[in-house]
Amino acid sequence: MSSAAGIEARRTVGVSMRNWLVQVIKQIYRDRECYLFLAPFGIVFTLFTVVPVVMSIGLSFTHFNMLQPARFIGINNYLRLFLEDDVFLIAVKNTLIYAAITGPLSYLACFVLAWFINDFKPVVRAFLALLFYAPSISGNAYMIWTLIFSGDTYGLVNGFLMHWGFITQPIQWLLDPRFIMPICIIVVLWMSLGTSFLVFIAGLQGLSRDLYEAGAIDGVRNRWQELWYITLPQMKGHLMFGAIMAITNSFTAASAITNLVQDSLTTDYAAHTIVQHLQDYGTVRFDMGYACAIAVVLFFAMVVCQRIVQKLLDRVGQ
Amino acid sequence: MISIREKRLARSAGGDAVVLVFLLLAASFTALPIVYAISNAFKPLSELFLFPPRLFVRNPTLANFQDLFTLMAQSWVPMTRYLLNSLIIVSLGTAGNVIAASMAAYVLSTRRFIGANLFMGMVVLSLMFAQEVTAIPNYIILARLGWIDTYAAVIVPAWGSTLGLYLMRKFIDAMIPVELLEAARIDGANEFRIYWNIVMPNVKPAWLTLIILMFQSLWGNTGGHFIYSEQLKTLPYALNQIVEGGVARQGVGAAVTVLMMILPITVFVINQSKIIETMGTSGMAN
Repeated sequence: MSSAAGIEARRTVGVSMRNWLVQVIKQIYRDRECYLFLAPFGIVFTLFTVVPVVMSIGLSFTHFNMLQPARFIGINNYLRLFLEDDVFLIAVKNTLIYAAITGPLSYLACFVLAWFINDFKPVVRAFLALLFYAPSISGNAYMIWTLIFSGDTYGLVNGFLMHWGFITQPIQWLLDPRFIMPICIIVVLWMSLGTSFLVFIAGLQGLSRDLYEAGAIDGVRNRWQELWYITLPQMKGHLMFGAIMAITNSFTAASAITNLVQDSLTTDYAAHTIVQHLQDYGTVRFDMGYACAIAVVLFFAMVVCQRIVQKLLDRVGQ
Repeated sequence: MISIREKRLARSAGGDAVVLVFLLLAASFTALPIVYAISNAFKPLSELFLFPPRLFVRNPTLANFQDLFTLMAQSWVPMTRYLLNSLIIVSLGTAGNVIAASMAAYVLSTRRFIGANLFMGMVVLSLMFAQEVTAIPNYIILARLGWIDTYAAVIVPAWGSTLGLYLMRKFIDAMIPVELLEAARIDGANEFRIYWNIVMPNVKPAWLTLIILMFQSLWGNTGGHFIYSEQLKTLPYALNQIVEGGVARQGVGAAVTVLMMILPITVFVINQSKIIETMGTSGMAN
C-alpha cells in the first residue's frame, strides 16, 4: 500500500465531492424559480415557526425561569419528568385516553357528516354546514354547557334527574372527578366539526365525476363500494390532513377543558392532560425549561401517532 | 339481490328523508350556541339574570344594543378606529397567508427540487409542536425586529401559518393533473401564469375554505402582548373592555357576542356558497 495510492484515492474523493457540489449548485440554479415561489412563505415560516421551535428545544435542556438567564442542566428536565413527576404520568394517561376516544370519533364525524351533506342541494348544504360549524364560529360555545351541567339544582341535567327522582342532591358535574373527563369528551366531540369538516366538504366537491361513471361501468354495486373504491382513494390527501388535525386537536385539547371548568387545574387532576401540565409549569410556576421538555415529549408522542395513522391510511381503497 | 342494490346507487327519496331528519337533529344540537347567543342579546336584564335561565327570550328588547351603541359612542378612541384596525389585520393577514401559502404549495406539489421534501417535512412536524412554549421565542424575535406595537407583529406571522400551506398542498396534489401543467408549459406559459391562471382557479374550494379559517382566527385577535397602543388595538379588545365594565354590562356582553359573530358568519356563508357555485356551473375537475 503506497502512500501515492492513498493520495490518489483522496484526490478522487475530493474531485467527486466537488463534482457533487457543482451538480447541487447547478440544480439549485436551474430550479431558482421554485425557491422564489417558496421564499415568501419560507422566510416567515422559518422566522416565526422553525426558529422558535428550535429555541424551545434548546430551552428544554436548561433551567429557565424567564427572569434570570437560562442555565444549562443537560437532560435533568427529562429525568425529572419521567422519574420524579407523578402528576406527569397521570397527565400522560389522561391524554392517551382522551386522544384515543376523541381523535378517531371526531375524525369519523367530520368525514361522515361532510359526506352526508355533500349529497344535498347547494342551499340546504350551505345551511347545514353552518349549523354544524356553529360551535367553532360562535365564540360562546362553552356557555351552553355550563348551563347544562351547572352544579346547582337549576342546571338542566340536575333539574331533569331530580325531577324524575334519579337523584335527591344536585351533582357538581364539573368538580366531581368521576364526571369531569366524560363531560369534557362529550363537549369536545360536540365541537369537533371544525377545520377538518370544512376541508372534507371542499375536498368532496373537487372529486372527478368521470371516475364515478367509470366505477359504475366497472361494477361498483352500492354506495359503500363507491365510497371505498372511488371516493376515499381520491381523498387520501384530505384524509391525511384531517388525521393530522385530529391528532393535534386530541392531544392538545386542554383549552376545551380549561374553558369548560374555568380553571386549568381539575379536581384530583381528573382531566389533567399533558398540555395543562405544560401550561401549569410554563405560565403558573415560571419553569419554562421544564415546560419546553414537556412540549418536546408531547411532540414525539404526536409524531409516532402520525406515523401509525399514515400506515393505516395507505391501506385505504385496497 | 345485486340488481336491487344497483338501483340504490342514486339515493332514494325515502333514504334522503331519513338522513335529513338525522342531520337536522344533530344540527339542532350543534346550532345551540348561535341560537342561545341571539336569544340572550334580545333579553331584558330581568330575563338575563333569571334563575333558572331560559334558552329562549320572552319579552324581546333592543335595549342591549342601544346600551352598547351608547357606550361605544363614549369611547375615548372612536369605535370606527378599532374596527379599522381589525379589518386591516384580518384582510392583510388572510390575503398574505393565502398567497404565500399557495405559491409555496404550488411548487412543492408540482416540482421536484432540492430541499422540497425537507421543507414539507418541517411544515408537517411544526403542526405538532405545542404553541404555548414558542410564545416567548416569538416575542423575542418580534422585539428584535422592532415590530412590537405595530400591525406587523400580528399580520406577518400569520402569513407563515402552516395550516394554509398544508391545506393548499393537499388540494393541489389531488385536483391538478400533471397533464394540465405539461400542456400549459408546452404552450409557453411561465410559472407565475400557470400558478395564477390555471392552478388557483382550479383549487378555488381550497382557498375559499382557507379564507374562512384565517379570517376567523384573526378576527378574534386582541393584539395580545404584541400591540399595546390604544389606537392600534382591535375591535374584540375594545368590546371586551366595555363588557368588563361590571356585572350590569351582562346585557351589553350578550349584544357584543352577536355583533362579533356577524362578520365571520357572513364570510362563511358567502365562501361556502361560492364553493358550490363553482362546481355547479363549470363542472370543473373533469
